[in-house]
Amino acid sequence: MIKTIVDVISVWLIPVIVLVVLTWGLLKKIPIYEAFIDGAKDGIKVSVDIVPYLVAIIVAVSMLRASGAFEIAGSLFAGLLEWLKIPVDILPVMIVRSLSGSALLGMFSDIATTYGPDSYTAKLAAIMVGSSETTFYVLAVYFGSVGIKKFRHALCAGIFADIIGIVVAVAVARWLFL
Amino acid sequence: MNYIWFFIILISIASAAYTGRMDSLVNAIMRGAQKSVEIAIYLAGIMAFWLGIMKIAEKSGLVSKIALLLTPIAKKLFPDLPKDSPAIGDIAMNFTANAFGLANAATPIGIKAMKELQKHNIDKNSASNDMCTLLAMNTAGWQIVPTTVLAVLIASGSKNPTEIIFPTLIVTTIAFLSAIVGVKLLEKITPAQKLNTETEVQDD
Repeated sequence: MIKTIVDVISVWLIPVIVLVVLTWGLLKKIPIYEAFIDGAKDGIKVSVDIVPYLVAIIVAVSMLRASGAFEIAGSLFAGLLEWLKIPVDILPVMIVRSLSGSALLGMFSDIATTYGPDSYTAKLAAIMVGSSETTFYVLAVYFGSVGIKKFRHALCAGIFADIIGIVVAVAVARWLFL
Repeated sequence: MNYIWFFIILISIASAAYTGRMDSLVNAIMRGAQKSVEIAIYLAGIMAFWLGIMKIAEKSGLVSKIALLLTPIAKKLFPDLPKDSPAIGDIAMNFTANAFGLANAATPIGIKAMKELQKHNIDKNSASNDMCTLLAMNTAGWQIVPTTVLAVLIASGSKNPTEIIFPTLIVTTIAFLSAIVGVKLLEKITPAQKLNTETEVQDD
């Protein structure tokens, strides 16, 4: 029952948003086609702009993954992960989630291809990836922009929310998909 | 970020030396660089579509309408702000843009709000309570539809990609609420800021 409602909401959300936005735009006499093209150009520009950041982080995280560091961490925590029914490849996702959004995305597409996009591992990863912003990136950009050097309680609050997010993601994924 | 980046690379090389996988590490550098561009290309289409839709929402005043609805809540969360501060509208807009998954639209607006909060900050080098709250709102980043995640699932041939939307919404909501509750609780146990009128030269 809940799952049906969930599926219906999930499928309808995007079409409804698109329809509402377009209808509202027409009602307000906005040239929606031109506005769309305008915004879409920004989209292309942004995806080009992020390439250097992607290279810096994805190379570093690829190195980390190829080095076997996650296997070392994985074997250290294997028992705990198995007990919590968390696939070993989710461990790096949990760590990188707070560090780099683009690396996380690369990692996630890797999981989706390796395990298949409809596997439990991919779904759990999808929920974790989709439910958080990159704490360290946001800290750097937002506080950096006004020259704040002491973060006070902001960092702890961010990490606290990240941990809660991970815990809830595992719980929800186990409830719906396992 | 400089240290984190260095730390990741250092750990990698050390682990590769330990596991004897230096060759695959070198390989990973090449493949990683290549993959970055592939990801950017995958993203270009979906980003273009979503920013296009968002532009319509922005031009038609839909975004500022939603922002207006959120203003009363923003005033509650940022008690140190003067009631007529433009930061309140910016914060509401920032939240709205995040909600629609438009981090690229949210960031400039959020920075604008941060600059406004800095004006009311008694110590320009440390973050005020309001600034920490705004930051917590953004690190948790409440989002209705995880568009990029969907794009990746679709790109890799998922049969039912939209299945993850609702569970993600549950998680992002709980994480967001705990960020707000967390930042407000931590605010109480964190030593208060001291008045500091001298501003250091910003080294950015």
